[in-house]
Amino acid sequence: MLMSQPLVAQQEVQTSAPVVVATKLFAESYILGEMFSQLLEARGYVVDRRPGLGATEIAFAALREGEIDVYPEYTGTGLLVLLGEDPPATGPEAYRRVADQFRALWGVRWLPPLGFENTYAIAVRAETADSLSLVTLSDLAREAGGLTAGFSPDFIGRSDGLPGLARVYGIAPREVRPLLQAIKYQALAAGEVDVIDGYATDGQIARYGFTVLEDDRTFFPPYDAAAVVGRDIAENRPDVAGVLTELSGRIDVGTIRDLNRRVEIDGESVDFVAASALMSLGLVAGDVGEAVQEERARNASFVAYLWGRRASTLTEVRRHALLVTLSLLAGLMVAIPLGLLLERVRHAAEGVIRLVGLLQTIPSIALLAFMIPIFGIGVTPAVVALFLYSLLPMVRNTYTGVRDADAAAVASAEALGMTPRQLLRYVRLPLAAPMIMAGVRTAAVINVGTATLAAFIGAGGLGDPIVAGLALADTRMILSGAIPAALLALLVDTLLGRVERALAPEGLDPRA
Amino acid sequence: MNKTGVRIEARDVFKRYGPVTALAGVSLVVEPGSVTALVGESGSGKTTLLRCFNRMVEPEAGSISVGGRDLSHVDPVALRHGVGYVQQDGGLLPHWNTRRNAGMVPWLRGDPEFERRADEALNLVGLPANEFGARWPRALSGGQRQRAALARGLAGRPDILLLDEPFGALDAITRVDIQRTFRALQSELRVTVILVTHDLREAFHLADRVAVMKSGSIEQEATVAELQARPTTDYVSELLDKAGAA
Repeated sequence: MLMSQPLVAQQEVQTSAPVVVATKLFAESYILGEMFSQLLEARGYVVDRRPGLGATEIAFAALREGEIDVYPEYTGTGLLVLLGEDPPATGPEAYRRVADQFRALWGVRWLPPLGFENTYAIAVRAETADSLSLVTLSDLAREAGGLTAGFSPDFIGRSDGLPGLARVYGIAPREVRPLLQAIKYQALAAGEVDVIDGYATDGQIARYGFTVLEDDRTFFPPYDAAAVVGRDIAENRPDVAGVLTELSGRIDVGTIRDLNRRVEIDGESVDFVAASALMSLGLVAGDVGEAVQEERARNASFVAYLWGRRASTLTEVRRHALLVTLSLLAGLMVAIPLGLLLERVRHAAEGVIRLVGLLQTIPSIALLAFMIPIFGIGVTPAVVALFLYSLLPMVRNTYTGVRDADAAAVASAEALGMTPRQLLRYVRLPLAAPMIMAGVRTAAVINVGTATLAAFIGAGGLGDPIVAGLALADTRMILSGAIPAALLALLVDTLLGRVERALAPEGLDPRA
Repeated sequence: MNKTGVRIEARDVFKRYGPVTALAGVSLVVEPGSVTALVGESGSGKTTLLRCFNRMVEPEAGSISVGGRDLSHVDPVALRHGVGYVQQDGGLLPHWNTRRNAGMVPWLRGDPEFERRADEALNLVGLPANEFGARWPRALSGGQRQRAALARGLAGRPDILLLDEPFGALDAITRVDIQRTFRALQSELRVTVILVTHDLREAFHLADRVAVMKSGSIEQEATVAELQARPTTDYVSELLDKAGAA
């Protein structure tokens, strides 16, 4: 019906809601997500991009709750991380199982795989492979006792990582050092470690000429990449799923490896790489030459790069300031009354403050993930999370500031007939004001820093270029977020420092 | 500012803090316009007794009356506006200047002339208001702070003045000076005063009558002359010996 009336379909499409396309936090996910987006745009859809969601759990929770419509995922991850199942040996079976189970459990649909698999690749330097005759993981098991491994923390703990390798192959390296993805390859090249976990499709293994050892007992589960779409698209917008399916089976390992290398190593932009990939697949018409021109302009000096990004930076600063301001105001409205209340019921104070402190110990990623079912993704959960993090310094300082206000002054004012309310208003609060403001200031500066994590749940702000830059190994992009964030923190601290001095009652020893 | 104080009476007052008996059935009468000193060691109950008279401490048994009124029926805030109070470390509000501190009680009572009353009180205690009124407490010496606290205790024209070791932390010379001021003031104002002190000589110098307290009870209560002449318990004799005033 739609196919036979393309013009009508086009109009319907444009009046309907934008398709929300998300990605996880690494280059390949960014590239695939951008390809989804550009393809949808070329077919007349409006796209809302939410790149760089902080973790599998966050991205999937957002999809399940209908906050996003599609993101690229891998069958092995779906089985292991999301379903908690041991994966079967073959790719097609893994795909069938995730497709069936996700549909049954959540109404989420896996579109047919894109055409490549991105499994873990255990790599060593070519010299090491030569001198120790390493070809397979079984060979590695034989020599592992003399080798130092550098694995990502994730891999060290996951059942499809080191524990599984130890169980299936008996691989027990002399030493295992947890290393982040971004520095693992350099560490291997420099001889700091002898064996690493990489991804089969990333550009770095080829760049350094490392040797990937063969998984001769097919231990690693299949990791076929596919677009995963939410219930709304699956049930109500088959046309969107149809467009995305145009990519199914079209991206082979060679292609994705090449695209990853261009982003991770050659420093080309994700936009450009995605656009040129779609053009060379013949899915999108366009002039690659023009895109190349724009791409060249990007490779100017750092200052020119920052200047070129000024509009985005301004938007990010505004969003960042909004997140910090809203969360801090909400925090103030709760923390100060709570601090004052605790001073009246001191026996409860320590317990309540410890409870508030407990919030601080929840890792931000986990807190953000918990929020998605309640608040979705975007600004709201970010503000709520920042609000929770801002409470402790403000509650604690209000409570202790009011409690420890000059005891003799408080006692004599009470003995001379001040009511509890007057004591609070004329004695305790003014004397505690500098302490309370110091708490507000601490909370504000912490919030400016923590708000960069809001990028993990698509709330925007200066975290966007930071997390994207980290994922894409693009230092300039990281700095374009980190420098304004640092300046913002300094500015906030300076301004609130002035407020603190203005609020300090006269007559108090400024050194006290 | 002339005015005569009221009669104060405590009858069989008991107070316990957990297992510790702070007041074990204390009775005391203070005649209008007289000065009674409560003397004793730390923990003898003298400060607890003092604080019963402005309801900062609530007795568990017994009664306290001021000017014939039973305090348990009096609103504590209104009561305190009429009871001057000075503590050892002054307790001036550090963020209020000296005038505002001195005028606190009239101000709390809504008296529009609180600043004039503050200035009168400051002048009375030897801190000329035009010189000291605008100073912050931290810009005053220790003795000046205690004078300002005394002014604050008097500015509301109280019937009763409760003094809790008011001169205890001062050096000897300053102390003698401010004691002299107090005596001069009292001979003019004739407020009913209860003075807590651990210093028997200060008690003899400033008070009409002295109550020696030990373990929550009054050992002996008498005029200064009588106490010096006829101590009724060993403890009081011992105290007199130690003070070198027997």
